[in-house]
Amino acid sequence: MMLQERTQETAAGAALVAQTNEYLTFRLGREEYGIEILKVQEIRGWEQPTTLANAPDFIKGVINLRGTIVPVVDMRVKFALGEARYDQFTVVIILNVSGRVVGMVVDSVSDVVRLGPEQVRAAPDFSASFDTRYITGLAAVEDRMLILVDIEKLMTSADMGLVEAAVH
Amino acid sequence: MTDTDLAQFHGVFFDEAAEHLAGMESLLLAIDVAAPEAEQLNAIFRAAHSIKGGAATFGFAEIAELTHEMETVFDRVRKGEMALSAALVDAFLAAGDLLKAMLAARRGDGASVDSSEVAALCARLRAFLDPGGARPQGAAEPPAPSRPVPAPRTVEIEFGPFDAKFSCADVDKLLADLRGFGELEETTAPSPAKRRGRAKPPAVRRFRIRTEVSATDLADALAFMADPERVKVAEVEPAPAVAEQTPPAEEPRAAAVEDAGFGLFVDPATVAPPAPEPRKEPAKVVELKAPAKPSAPAGGDASSIRVSVQKVDQLINLVGELVITQAMLAQTASRADPVLYEALFNGLAQLERNTRDLQEAAMSIRMMPISFAFSRFPRVVRDLAQKLGKEVELHTVGEGTELDKSVIEAIVDPLTHLVRNSLDHGIELPAERVAKGKVAKGTITLRAFHHGGNIVIEVSDDGAGLNRAKILAKARERGMNVSDDMADADVWQLIFEPGFSTASQVTDVSGRGVGMDVVRRNIKQLGGRIDIESAEGIGTRIRIRLPLTLAILDGMSVRLGREIFILPLTFITESLQPAPGAVRSLQGRGQVISVRGEYVPVIALSEVLGMAGERQRFEDGILVILEAEGGKTALFVDELVGQHQVVIKSLETNYRKVPGISGATIMGDGRVALILDVAYLVGRAHSRLEKAA
Repeated sequence: MMLQERTQETAAGAALVAQTNEYLTFRLGREEYGIEILKVQEIRGWEQPTTLANAPDFIKGVINLRGTIVPVVDMRVKFALGEARYDQFTVVIILNVSGRVVGMVVDSVSDVVRLGPEQVRAAPDFSASFDTRYITGLAAVEDRMLILVDIEKLMTSADMGLVEAAVH
Repeated sequence: MTDTDLAQFHGVFFDEAAEHLAGMESLLLAIDVAAPEAEQLNAIFRAAHSIKGGAATFGFAEIAELTHEMETVFDRVRKGEMALSAALVDAFLAAGDLLKAMLAARRGDGASVDSSEVAALCARLRAFLDPGGARPQGAAEPPAPSRPVPAPRTVEIEFGPFDAKFSCADVDKLLADLRGFGELEETTAPSPAKRRGRAKPPAVRRFRIRTEVSATDLADALAFMADPERVKVAEVEPAPAVAEQTPPAEEPRAAAVEDAGFGLFVDPATVAPPAPEPRKEPAKVVELKAPAKPSAPAGGDASSIRVSVQKVDQLINLVGELVITQAMLAQTASRADPVLYEALFNGLAQLERNTRDLQEAAMSIRMMPISFAFSRFPRVVRDLAQKLGKEVELHTVGEGTELDKSVIEAIVDPLTHLVRNSLDHGIELPAERVAKGKVAKGTITLRAFHHGGNIVIEVSDDGAGLNRAKILAKARERGMNVSDDMADADVWQLIFEPGFSTASQVTDVSGRGVGMDVVRRNIKQLGGRIDIESAEGIGTRIRIRLPLTLAILDGMSVRLGREIFILPLTFITESLQPAPGAVRSLQGRGQVISVRGEYVPVIALSEVLGMAGERQRFEDGILVILEAEGGKTALFVDELVGQHQVVIKSLETNYRKVPGISGATIMGDGRVALILDVAYLVGRAHSRLEKAA
């Protein structure tokens, strides 16, 4: 439903999108993050992926998403946040970034928030789990603080090793 | 002529005409000038004739004019009134090229052709007909009639049955064009059924036309405009015999063909249009034939339809999904009790067979014989040999070898480049060849054959061969890292480097050093590889190895720890459980096993992939003997699981290339299994062994 509304808004005008954005928020360790909801394709439960050869340990493997082979990364492992447990509560956010489909394991998905430009502040140089290069800003929603992440930039970066150029 | 109505048929005409031209060209090249076969001559004649019919219908006067001249000349050759000569074949080839250019211009993707060129070629053709100037030539004749002295006759045309695709109203559009052939009169019987006060459209419509065109000519012209199945053309009145006609005794071959053509609903491939003027025959019916057929070489008379490649690909994708679904069902059902659900199991077994057949059938749609690629080379070789003053004979072997259409399309350019290279650099000039004690005429051989799951295409010549010293010198000059004791195969691979050319002079044929690197890149993109064998003074053989199809694979599934991997079946020679101690260490580094007297390096899959396996000792697991380029390798895995046909999915769509993995597939239980890259595994085992040795 939300996605549909969002898409209609996009069609209505780019200016509007620039002003108000919807973010999917999720928890990683003790921090709460927000990613643009337009990059999110769906949210799934955990299933055991097929292990890939010679892959770093945060790349859990590949799954069959209705006929498409999709790699799954575990952000908890990547950023060494707590213990990575896999049970019926583990969620995988399926992202659609740069024309690729990627699954991302996080601790939990919270909700979807709508943020106006006045709520978003530039990110100070602080220590988050993510490199500040991928952080677009901070947002305060009631008493929560969200770290807004450019998930497309992060997922296609050399750090993640998901795309060809990153290997070399 | 109403251009707007006819414009929709132009595309069809251009396609058909291009096919006719291609067919004519290959026939001309194949024909034995001294003793041409009647069927070949007839086929060439029919090709020119069909193009003419269509061109005249669409008002492409210059095309009709040229084909008319071709037809006139060839008609005489066909009837044995004139001998075929090499000069005539040349003129016909030139005419074919000009027609191609004219068609391109009409289609709108080529510069228009100078009319003086057409006139010159027409004159050249006419000169054959009339060496002494004794017989007047009918250049001013209207394009459609093919007989020098046409007699008026009455032809009956029947359209129908009608349906949504070809309606009664469509016929009206054609009438305007038919009037161009002569006096037209509708003879449709008044519809007997006039129920509910509304006239029912007639099931068929009949017309009579008073024309100078023969029924067969008319049928040809109509074939470009309407579905041949829906049109019948018949001559109702025998026309008076014409002086031109030769008595049947003098041309037994042609007569035999005609006799076969006099029945009703004749097999189009056996019809020789236009048949000579009928003697006192009853009404003759010529089933309108599909225009593509007459030009097809003898034997290739299967009927065909045109379908866009997109539709075929979509079908193949859907079938691929169906195969996965079927496998999932089978897996789920395997848990049920076979006694209780016998009917279900029978149904599933049948589903599996049907899916497999369907998959095979769908895949075969895309498969085409490689002759589609080979057929252009006789012309390429002929023209180039003439230009370079060399004598070359082209042999093609295995033209019937089938492979995926997209692979054929992609292979044409690289092959052309290799053939031109062989001709330009490989084959020596006749005098030089004789001096070396070879026959003056060089040979280039194109060969295609299946080898395992691959198709191999070879371009070989009996020319000078590659010059090792020259290539090495050139490589040094370019600052490449080479040494004198490099293996031959490695030296030959140097010619695939960008900008590499040892030709002493640059010709417009080849030698600029662009091309070979492009050839190798194209082949690699197709998942193939290219190898060279060469011996100085004896010749060169370039071998291209390509996968047959790019979508489906017969695989053996093997288990390592928790994961299942697929090995392409074509690389597996056997699998065995080694006896304790059968695997021996070689100088402490590599390991080998003796298989049927041959030492084969052993490599553990767990080690290659960096994953833990279950079985640690060789005698507990299984060794799969793989054979790929570069030799055999024994791959150590936990166990063999089964044999499957799998749909190849790319891992790189959403991820990156993984060494040792060539792709992925989805198994019956919905899980992903990785397909192993055997060439990589074998290469790795051997390089380790070499290091150790």
